[in-house]
Amino acid sequence: MIVARGLAKCYGSVAVLRGLNLEIARGRVTAIVGPNGAGKTTFIKALLGLTRPDAGILTFDGVAIGDDAAYRARIGYMPQIAHFPENLTGTELLALLRDLRGAGSLDERLIDQLGLRDAVDKKLRVLSGGTRQKVNAVAAFLFAPDLYVLDEPTSGLDPVSSGILKQRILAERVAERTIILTSHILSEIDELADDVVFLDEGQVRFAGGVSELKRETGQTTIERAIAALMIRQAAA
Amino acid sequence: MLTLTPPPRVSTTVPAHVVSRVARFQARDVMRSRWLAAYGLFFLFVTEGLLRFAGGDARTILSLASIVLYVVPLVSLVFGTVYLYNAREFTELLLAQPVNRRGLFFGLYGGLAIPLVLAMALGVGVPFLAHGFDGPARSAMLAALLAAGAALTMIFTAIAFCIALWCEDRLRGLGAAIGVWMLGAIVYDGLVMTIVAALSDYPLERPMLALTLANPIDLARVTLLLQLDVSALMGYTGAVFQQFLGGAAGTLVALGALVLWIVVPIALGMRAFSRKDF
Repeated sequence: MIVARGLAKCYGSVAVLRGLNLEIARGRVTAIVGPNGAGKTTFIKALLGLTRPDAGILTFDGVAIGDDAAYRARIGYMPQIAHFPENLTGTELLALLRDLRGAGSLDERLIDQLGLRDAVDKKLRVLSGGTRQKVNAVAAFLFAPDLYVLDEPTSGLDPVSSGILKQRILAERVAERTIILTSHILSEIDELADDVVFLDEGQVRFAGGVSELKRETGQTTIERAIAALMIRQAAA
Repeated sequence: MLTLTPPPRVSTTVPAHVVSRVARFQARDVMRSRWLAAYGLFFLFVTEGLLRFAGGDARTILSLASIVLYVVPLVSLVFGTVYLYNAREFTELLLAQPVNRRGLFFGLYGGLAIPLVLAMALGVGVPFLAHGFDGPARSAMLAALLAAGAALTMIFTAIAFCIALWCEDRLRGLGAAIGVWMLGAIVYDGLVMTIVAALSDYPLERPMLALTLANPIDLARVTLLLQLDVSALMGYTGAVFQQFLGGAAGTLVALGALVLWIVVPIALGMRAFSRKDF
């Protein structure tokens, strides 16, 4: 579904992506992991058209991502930081997103599942960080997109809500949606991911299925396998 | 093998529904802000005070005008940059939707500039309405004042956009906003006076004209004063304008320059917004 070839991006003198090559398969959950500054967020931003790469090709369903915004109608994005206009309510926010997308029917299941019915009518300013993060999740899942891009989706959520969100991610996978997520919680990746992409210094150091990763590193859990990759990378 | 479809042609039009949706949404947020209420109330009290204690003659409107000319640029710059820095993550969420950047830019700009104009206009206008108008002259003066305030709001909100887009660091951006205000509202006049004093032996009419056109606050002041027909009260710059351009022609040149001052920062802001890596 997504192909990156030789993707490069510099911010000033700092090279964040250095010839990144990657393919992300349809209908699977792909976890992007790597140390801070590895280029995870920059890759996601390039995918969403927030950032323009300096070089390389990035395609979504065979179409190069450029200035045409239409492809984003097929993406549901959950940013890492849920920071919304303070004086508006969740309902108003969701209505704006619906208007901008010209969406017809909405998937509001998460509002009930996360117990947000009362909270969405309060001003976003008065909501706790975790509740705002739930609103953030609802916004990403509202439009039944083909591709979910979830940046640290469970950060700041309590264990129950986190579990509900993970259930939902797995349900979307069953419905053959494609999911890209980043996470620092490796046990979560163990639960959710089919494929793992390990980024370091703006390049892909490993990309493949979970079992392949375990085999290659000789470990039994993803947690240990990724730790092994990081240690190997640090030693190199 | 990777096959590539060329990216579809991008339309350069601005989708009206995106602009109006985003503008309305953001305006609603700004309207509920306490800072905006404080801004409107400030003008309300100042105007009411002046009308009550100094009467409604031309000098009162001039005092009010000088307050508007100082405060509107300051608040537009500071409120604008702070708001935009705070809205950074939300802007990214909007950019991740299927909307083009031009539409989003005009929506965000309108959503910020319109409430600022409304707060100023209501704050200044309501006391006038309450006290009633003494004939058409005063309502024309009030209209000129509100137009100058609206123009300055549009100019300095656009400059706030440019600053927030050009400066990643919000502290530096806020510093730049205050710096721009000091330059336009305070330093510039001092500079002009210094030049006039230092070069008093030379004919300075044309350079003075250029210097006035080059600062939107001076320009708004001149336009307003030409309108109020009290240019004798504003010293050298006004005399120059009156002498060189007089009546209708002067107003036209000043208005043209003011429009340019609105269009250029908006164009620069849109360019920065379209090209920025968020």
